[in-house]
Amino acid sequence: MPEPLIFEYSVPGRRGVEMPEPDVPEAPFPEGFLREDLPLPEVSEVDVVRHFLRLSQMNYGVDKGFYPLGSCTMKYNPKINEEMARLPGFAQLHPYQDPETVQGALALMYHLQEFLKEIGGFAAVSLQPAAGSQGELAGILMIRAYHRDRGEGKKRIKMLIPDSAHGTNPASSAMAGLRVVNIPSDRRGNIDLEALRRECDETVAGLMITNPNTLGLFDENLMEAIELVHRCGGLIYGDGANMNALMGICKPGEMGFDVMHYNLHKTFSTPHGGGGPGAGPVGASERLAPYLPGPIVAIDRERTVRPDEPVYTLVWPERSIGRVRAFHGHFGVFVRAYTYIRMHGPRLREVSEAAVLNANYLLARLRGIYPVPYDRLCKHEFVIMGKVPGTPVRALDISKRLMDYGFHPPTNYFPLIVPEALMIEPTETESKATLDAFAEAMRRIAEEARSDPQRVQQAPHTTPVRRLDEARAARQLILRYVPTSEPRPTLAQA
Amino acid sequence: MRFVPHTEEERREMLRVIGVERIEDLFADVPEAYRFPPLNLPEPLTELEIRWELEALAEANIHTGQYACFLGAGAYRHFIPAVIDELLRRGEFYTAYTPYQPEVSQGTLQAMFEFQSMICALTGMEVANASHYDGSSALAEAVLMALRLTRGERPKVLMFPTIHPEYRAVVHTYVQHLDVRLEGESGWTLHQLRQPLLLLEELEAHLDAETAALVIPYPDFLGRVLPPSRLRETADRVHQAGALLIAVVNPIALALFEPPGNWGADIVVGEGQPLGIPLSFGGPYLGIMATRMAFVRQLPGRIVGETVDLEGRRGYVLTLSTREQHIRREKATSNITTNVGLMALAAAIYLSVMGRHGLRQVASLCYHKAHYLAERIASLSGYEVWREHPFFHEFVVRTPRPVAEINRILYEGYQILGGYDLGQADPELAGHMLLCATEMNTREELDALVEALGEIGPAREG
Ligand SMILES: Cc1ncc(COP(=O)(O)O)c(C=O)c1O
Repeated sequence: MPEPLIFEYSVPGRRGVEMPEPDVPEAPFPEGFLREDLPLPEVSEVDVVRHFLRLSQMNYGVDKGFYPLGSCTMKYNPKINEEMARLPGFAQLHPYQDPETVQGALALMYHLQEFLKEIGGFAAVSLQPAAGSQGELAGILMIRAYHRDRGEGKKRIKMLIPDSAHGTNPASSAMAGLRVVNIPSDRRGNIDLEALRRECDETVAGLMITNPNTLGLFDENLMEAIELVHRCGGLIYGDGANMNALMGICKPGEMGFDVMHYNLHKTFSTPHGGGGPGAGPVGASERLAPYLPGPIVAIDRERTVRPDEPVYTLVWPERSIGRVRAFHGHFGVFVRAYTYIRMHGPRLREVSEAAVLNANYLLARLRGIYPVPYDRLCKHEFVIMGKVPGTPVRALDISKRLMDYGFHPPTNYFPLIVPEALMIEPTETESKATLDAFAEAMRRIAEEARSDPQRVQQAPHTTPVRRLDEARAARQLILRYVPTSEPRPTLAQA
Repeated sequence: MRFVPHTEEERREMLRVIGVERIEDLFADVPEAYRFPPLNLPEPLTELEIRWELEALAEANIHTGQYACFLGAGAYRHFIPAVIDELLRRGEFYTAYTPYQPEVSQGTLQAMFEFQSMICALTGMEVANASHYDGSSALAEAVLMALRLTRGERPKVLMFPTIHPEYRAVVHTYVQHLDVRLEGESGWTLHQLRQPLLLLEELEAHLDAETAALVIPYPDFLGRVLPPSRLRETADRVHQAGALLIAVVNPIALALFEPPGNWGADIVVGEGQPLGIPLSFGGPYLGIMATRMAFVRQLPGRIVGETVDLEGRRGYVLTLSTREQHIRREKATSNITTNVGLMALAAAIYLSVMGRHGLRQVASLCYHKAHYLAERIASLSGYEVWREHPFFHEFVVRTPRPVAEINRILYEGYQILGGYDLGQADPELAGHMLLCATEMNTREELDALVEALGEIGPAREG
């Protein structure tokens, strides 16, 4: 039974929350300003609770089971994080309170900056950006500002991006007004050095590197690629979506990355929320640190009397690209990430080790069942081809069939350089038993593909809805609830 | 190791299956010179210890539940019904990713469809996206959208001067390397800033064939609401010039005032934080973004649409993805990927449980309390309140002493978090404070503030 829309529960005159009567005299409203109707639902609190609870039951989350969605690091989200973010001393702070009244919050942000600097090997960190993509935009704007200050702003307009990169890399570059140049990958899945060399000239603003890359591979050409780009005056942007493989393993800042975003909602266990909020802090090397988006938290030297009792304040990096959002960033997400980092300390290395162990173990279990396009040691994730030779079954079918086995599917059709890609990221919080059960499901699906391909092609069979008609959604464009009495707006009418 | 389940024996077995001896062997491809650097972080804490540490940090702050708070300026303290957090904490909601796989994400997808519907209802627009990061970045994206809709042939964007200063800053950041001129924002005198209708006329006079959009705040940063009938004329002028009208709104105000869809806005953005989302020191909040159906293909961000499944049952999917980065890469409408889905869910639950009646009540309470406060402060000697234009729940007060000084006394002597110091936003507004009252401020608090301000008064001689 599909769950009705909340609007369809609405009954005129029914009420949810009641507010108190005004305790002050009522002021007259200005004439000609007021709206007549407010077509929101009229439902009771019970209606609301049951409706959204039923909706939640139609969802799959990490709390329900294995979620090996590649590139997304769907690790377990510790419950203590949630409680800490809700402490009134954090949740009820207004962003414009005087710094003196929010020293605890500023201290937390300061330490989180310091932790991220240490983990990534950077000189400075800004917590401002709201997500990875916004971190990318910020980082690219920093690169542009750096070139501008050297009188090369007009000249350096080319951003080099490997063809395995996430779509946000080219999209962010274009938003910053740069021209995107695609760099192919070589046969081992690394940046093709020959192709890179050909593009390295005085028009290069930078190179965006995801490492480990989206194939889950540590780029074997990394150091040469960095060197080539630096030599032609370009800078290196790091897409830090895959930091879960690298904590305590190596530090991008030490290896020559000039600026990198972190995804707190991936590596640092903050929940993804069904599409956010995340947080995309950026780390920068010495030369890019002055350009970081602001404000950032610093120790107020003037007001600090005793070194063991620092006074914190918000400051602006000297040559900041500006703000990327109002206020100070996704503070609630910072509390969660801080909690997580403090619970691990230097043992974050063991997190990355276990993430890489799990990925390699699962790869070993799946090898021989599905083709592996780039078969070597992987890092925290790997890519297989969702094909069963001699059958019509595709990656999408395998994904959908996995739902019937109680698993969330891997990422499909990304990276674009692998046909029928299934990108699998188990994360460190999964047990061997879970990985074994997943491998077994994958094996059975491959068998089914041979014995009963239709069953796989028509999957899922056990979910709240079956396969959905996406083409129809894009054609009819029903994008909001419209009472049956009103005509539905269509593109043609508009 | 907390949150890593392996036993030593399992680890050995896994390494054996992989075919390596030690875990370190898995990192042979990392350049040796950089491999396994020390991680200089404080030693790990147990759950009990981290709780102590964070409770101490939280207690080092003064929060708005402890002191009466009159700060608004883009982040507002409102009543949050208990049902919201109860439902947000369903693991199925908050531990899910963006709903790429609709068959196992109908909960998120349907809730987003409902959210989009409610944002359309509030704003009077035809289509809304499933959220943007916050109000400021939504505005920046709206400006980019207007530039695309005018095919990049119009490099000028007119910005009303009393848009939230940080929103204007974000727009500047986003367009700094593009061929765009932002005009109208600054250089106004105090006298001019005090007359929003005059500002509106001035900006309208600058509409021309180069203009892509005019951006209007509703209410503005100083709390004032421009007359909808007047804005209808503005919309006509903007459209005659071939440009677009962008409105920046406070969603609670829209429970009372004519929504921008009714007076001709083409794109509506705003900060959705007042809709059931805690202050949380500035984030995560909720960017709202809505437009007309004709412009839907230029709307950035996720959009959920209705469809049917194999068996003809109603269901929901992410749609129009050919606008997005994973398909279009550098030609996408935006780079946005992760948005603030859980905050949008909070707003959807809030708007459901408040309903049309409750939301009106909240908005009316804000309005009445702010007006009561304004009237009482206006009667104090030394203070002047800007009351000649209708306002919602914020208003400007000229203070007899520097705002920072007054705020310090309020905080130290009265346990009150005073208003926003407008001198920070614009030097012309130095000596002016922006005060906000919501349904959370009791009459006692309002009276206490008035009393305190009266006592503080002008600086004493000598
Ligand atoms: C490799 C990669 N880069 C960038 C992003 C964008 O990050 P976000 O979704 O936080 O904006 C993602 C995830 O979506 C990603 O997987």
